[in-house]
Amino acid sequence: MEGETKKTFVVTRFDPDQDEAPRTDTYEITVQPDWKVLDALNHIKDHVDPTLSHRWSCRMAVCGSCGMNVNGEPKLTCKDALSDYGDTVEVAPLANFPVIRDLVVEMEGFMEKFKAVKPWIMVAKERAIEEGTYRQSPEELDAFKQFSMCINCMLCYSACPVVSAEPDFLGPAAIALGHRYNQDSRDEGNAERNEVFRDDGGVFACSFANECSEVCPKNVDPSGAVQQAKLLNVIDWATGLVVSRGGK
Amino acid sequence: MAELIRHDLVIVGGGAAGLRAAIAAVEADPDITVALVSKVYPMRSHTVSAEGGAAAVAREDDSLEMHAYDTVKGSDFLGDQDVIQYFVEQAPRELTQLEHWGCPWSRNEDGTVSTRAFGGMTTKRTWYATDKVGFHLLHSLFQASMQFDRIVRYDEIFVSKLLVDGGVCRGVAGLEVRTGEMKAIVGGAVILTTGGAGKAWPFTTNGNIKTGDGMALAYREGVPLKDMEFVQYHPTGLPGTGILITEATRGEGGYLINSDGERFLTTRDYGVGSKAELGPRDMISRAIVQEIAAGRGIEGAHGQFVHLDLRHLGEEKIDTRLPFVRLLGRTYVGVDPVHEPIPIRPVLHYMMGGVDTDIDGATDLPGLYAAGEVACVSMNGANRLGSNSLTECLVFGARSGQHALGFVKGSDAGSDAALSAQADEEGGRLEALRGKKGSETIAGLRQELHDTMEAGMGVYREQGGMAKTVQDVQQLKARYADLGLADQSKVFNTELVAALELRNLLDVAEANSIAGLQRKESRGAHACSDYPTRNDAEYLHHSLVYFNEGGEGRYDKKDVTLGRWEPEERKY
Repeated sequence: MEGETKKTFVVTRFDPDQDEAPRTDTYEITVQPDWKVLDALNHIKDHVDPTLSHRWSCRMAVCGSCGMNVNGEPKLTCKDALSDYGDTVEVAPLANFPVIRDLVVEMEGFMEKFKAVKPWIMVAKERAIEEGTYRQSPEELDAFKQFSMCINCMLCYSACPVVSAEPDFLGPAAIALGHRYNQDSRDEGNAERNEVFRDDGGVFACSFANECSEVCPKNVDPSGAVQQAKLLNVIDWATGLVVSRGGK
Repeated sequence: MAELIRHDLVIVGGGAAGLRAAIAAVEADPDITVALVSKVYPMRSHTVSAEGGAAAVAREDDSLEMHAYDTVKGSDFLGDQDVIQYFVEQAPRELTQLEHWGCPWSRNEDGTVSTRAFGGMTTKRTWYATDKVGFHLLHSLFQASMQFDRIVRYDEIFVSKLLVDGGVCRGVAGLEVRTGEMKAIVGGAVILTTGGAGKAWPFTTNGNIKTGDGMALAYREGVPLKDMEFVQYHPTGLPGTGILITEATRGEGGYLINSDGERFLTTRDYGVGSKAELGPRDMISRAIVQEIAAGRGIEGAHGQFVHLDLRHLGEEKIDTRLPFVRLLGRTYVGVDPVHEPIPIRPVLHYMMGGVDTDIDGATDLPGLYAAGEVACVSMNGANRLGSNSLTECLVFGARSGQHALGFVKGSDAGSDAALSAQADEEGGRLEALRGKKGSETIAGLRQELHDTMEAGMGVYREQGGMAKTVQDVQQLKARYADLGLADQSKVFNTELVAALELRNLLDVAEANSIAGLQRKESRGAHACSDYPTRNDAEYLHHSLVYFNEGGEGRYDKKDVTLGRWEPEERKY
């Protein structure tokens, strides 16, 4: 095809059965002008080295499987155009996660944090189906919609300096998700989630580096969610103080 | 001996149907536990890629009867009308339930849920959350499922065998991808919710994981696959990648335009009448293929295409209703639909056929259930209407969860020793496959499968082409025995997984091609050039294909359940 060029891929490899530490393999391949980084990895897997391991599925930036570090930056590789890079492209697993093999990272810790923020609608009395849908105005929807757009690609954990220093930090995506439910007009679970947020490793551990929002491929703005959650927790805490001093 | 991990119910697949089945089961009985087994983490399931919406009657100018009739007519009268009636009745309840679980449905000013127009639907009945409906539906369901500790997830386990003892399906054997160990997960019943098999074709909207796993698992245990000849080409995929551009683009008013700038669905007779761009998918895909064949396509780097024009909708409407489409256009074809038309061509999208089930999701194998795209409960017949399938996953996911639980209560546990021995045998088979010597490659066989499926089982088929595909698939299955694999590692061996997926695709492709060759008529998505009209006298029946060890699958027929609507000419 017109416009095809050669590029060199330096890919981090690690097989715990054989390697004591991560190493790299280098592949020089012909790439097409409209390829993303993921297309190159799939070409290598199919035609050069079938032992290369990476996760991917939708190749349209919505399933969140294919996050990796490309030239040191966390990227969704199915959305990341090869034309943005020079002759050599370095592909490594996301930072701040244990590596299972090659480009595949351990997600269990992330999944636990995700569940810790209780990401579901909590209500005192369950609404019956016969009562129909809740009324929710477009403005009420807008209050949380952006924070519901997270695809759990984990790029923000790879970028976050606090996750790097404190592995127990809930982290940007999980806090944004909890905040998403706190902001939902249908939900009554703020108090329970805010307890989680105020714990060690909760919202106040964030140092406001803003790296998470800069790398987010879906413009979720997790940093904004964390700052909003901090503010609401201060207000919540202060209100609680006043109420308890009032002798409730 | 393999240790048995025991739950009351085992669900394979963590997309919309599987999650809905799991929640339905644990809500129905406070004492049971459910194993939710998936080859990926559930939020990666392909439900995530659905864009346009989910159908259920919501407006006063609509009725269950109209939704049922639209679906029957869309199916070209091959949908079972009792199933469709149940579906339309349950649809509003299910979408309301999703709303209570937090799904961010788009809203009207008064706070009610907004609906949009969709192909083949008489009125606006498609609920939507901008143009990322599958994503929001899947994440809402997955997050809601997390409040139930009795739904126990087994993520990244590739199920390669159903465990059957005494004629009853009692569990699954699966490869734990991260360790390479075999796991045996057993229960009183198994529900398959693993989706379709679009990856048997080269140009598809489907993600890498859509490899027909559940269809092949059931097929190999003797459960027939039904109506497999009916595969849906979505009219609007991006050339090259096949990425889906939602039908909601046309629901919101987009036009299809040929190289002469002509809105061909309004100027030529393609059977869609005044519905124009809101005709059903089978007809519009054929119209595009005919436009290109007549020389009115536009040449691009990835072949001929036509244009989807949204410019007249304006930037504000595109950004509020179709923001994902704008991003996809910019990112994957370098086109901003606010300023330029989007190049599109028909793309393999969905399988109407699947594991033969009754209205409860039950298969011929006691203890085995199926729901969602993997299943053929016969609500889509020969052509599915856009936005019916997400709702189908919810309606029949829930029903199969409840009915499988009913089966569990009446069944015994089976023989642990027999189940364990089967899992060990399967573990041995996979062990022998890992890194085995051979002269065929996964990429090579997959390419040949893609070539023959595209040539024989495309938008238009003909007898000679389908007969060749039947033969080609048989030869590919034989050559699979000589597959060579390079990766010896037990840890996250994706080559081994791909080899198992390829075997599943070959089995599913066998059923597709055999069923296609037998249907000597044109109905819904099965457009056979040698037999261009529908033939109710001979072919108003479902097709069944049974697995035949060492040979070609065996073909059979099954009656269609009609009801208040007798077949009539399908014209819009």
